[in-house]
Amino acid sequence: MPRTRKQMLVDPLVDNNPITLQVLGICSALAVTSSLQVAFVMALAVIFVTGFSSMFISMIRNQIPGAIRIIVQMVIIASLVILVDQVLKAYAFEISKTLSVFVGLIITNCIVMGRAEAFAMKNPPVASFIDGVGNGLGYGLILMLVGVIRELFGAGSLFGVAIMPTVNNGGWYVPNGMLLLPPSAFFIIGLIIWAFRAWKPEQVENREYKIQAVEAH
Amino acid sequence: MSEESRKKTPGGLVRRFAGMSPDSIPKTIFVAVSVCLVASMIVSAAAVTLRPKQEENRLRDKRVNILQVAGVYEPGIDVLAAFDAAFEPKVLELKTGTFTDRFDATGFDDQAAAEDPATSVVLTDDPAGIGRQARFVTIYLLRADDGTIDKVILPIHGYGLWSTLYGFIALEEDGNNIFGLQFYSHAETPGLGAEVDNPRWKSRWRGKKIADAEGTLAITVAKTAPPAGADHHIDALAGATLTTVGVDTLVRFWLGERGYRPFLDRLKAGDI
Repeated sequence: MPRTRKQMLVDPLVDNNPITLQVLGICSALAVTSSLQVAFVMALAVIFVTGFSSMFISMIRNQIPGAIRIIVQMVIIASLVILVDQVLKAYAFEISKTLSVFVGLIITNCIVMGRAEAFAMKNPPVASFIDGVGNGLGYGLILMLVGVIRELFGAGSLFGVAIMPTVNNGGWYVPNGMLLLPPSAFFIIGLIIWAFRAWKPEQVENREYKIQAVEAH
Repeated sequence: MSEESRKKTPGGLVRRFAGMSPDSIPKTIFVAVSVCLVASMIVSAAAVTLRPKQEENRLRDKRVNILQVAGVYEPGIDVLAAFDAAFEPKVLELKTGTFTDRFDATGFDDQAAAEDPATSVVLTDDPAGIGRQARFVTIYLLRADDGTIDKVILPIHGYGLWSTLYGFIALEEDGNNIFGLQFYSHAETPGLGAEVDNPRWKSRWRGKKIADAEGTLAITVAKTAPPAGADHHIDALAGATLTTVGVDTLVRFWLGERGYRPFLDRLKAGDI
């Protein structure tokens, strides 16, 4: 399918979003969205890793032996993730403390490998890079949406700046502690998927089963 | 191709290799080895070049916490200079409560000491959940202008709900009044257990007393005040029972007989 580069970048934001349509990368989306700042850095890290891993994999795609292609992809992805982790520890120490293991877990983020296997193995480097960045952006968009809801209602702040002063700090807002726990992200992501599919009905999947009428005896 | 004809064509081996399909065994091994080599070089280069900066961050972070818990931190100060000017690190032998000259206090690695069987003990009765306890610990003395001890900063750690909490407790010169408590590393639930970082909660520690009039350990972190009275009571964290229990246990462990008690007794008696 002939697609322009702009389409490749914008398509994964809503129409082909890795989280809401493909339902990939949920695990980290649950873990890092309790504060916006952390979600933002995580989104940047994932955009960097998906973009460059797709590009590098695409550059050597014709040399990668089929038998070990997944492992080669993993090596490239893991190296980039360690690179990001090291840079964060050196230049954004506070944030890397809160992100802790989740940066390392980008390696297992299904979106990164999904794009490597589905796109970068078959397409030229520049297109793969744009596709990777686009999917990273789609992931980041949902992360930020969930982060806004969780931090605003769970802690009364956005990016750490108090919007609704909480009772703990002498204000009026009683924060909803459940929003800071990972299960709440499940509900929020579920609601976002519902909203996206209500807005774009073509995203609704076909049923895998058919409800059968019971015959009366 | 026979042995002889291969020798006749220069570069024949290379050309033959280049002509192989990527799925052939030599190519597979070649790709695997070269990808790993390049990747490991990039990773190790990044790790080596960034390590000094990371070490500096870790040290700085720890020192900021010591400065904060002692109440001498102001945003924007030169942390390392302020730290060196204000604090005197000492290596303390826990059992005797005396300072030891066996180690150089500025270079003493507390974490390594806690892992080395020569300088640590395995705890069988382990309320704080720390496994091994070092016999030697770096503590920090803050001296007043006239040279007398103003505050002592003692490192503490123990298990909460999800993670080991690492922090410092600052005591006044009488060894009984708490000046402050702060954790610099933990992974408790944000909004619940992680409220150990809440400034309002931390401020409740100031002025509390470790031991009651008879000298028994009385400090408690709990929902209700203990019989010893509100002077020894820090309110529990709402919605974080297990973190609260963890903090309570670790504070009582470190301030008890197996922790800093011998040292605090000597401090009280004016022997330090």
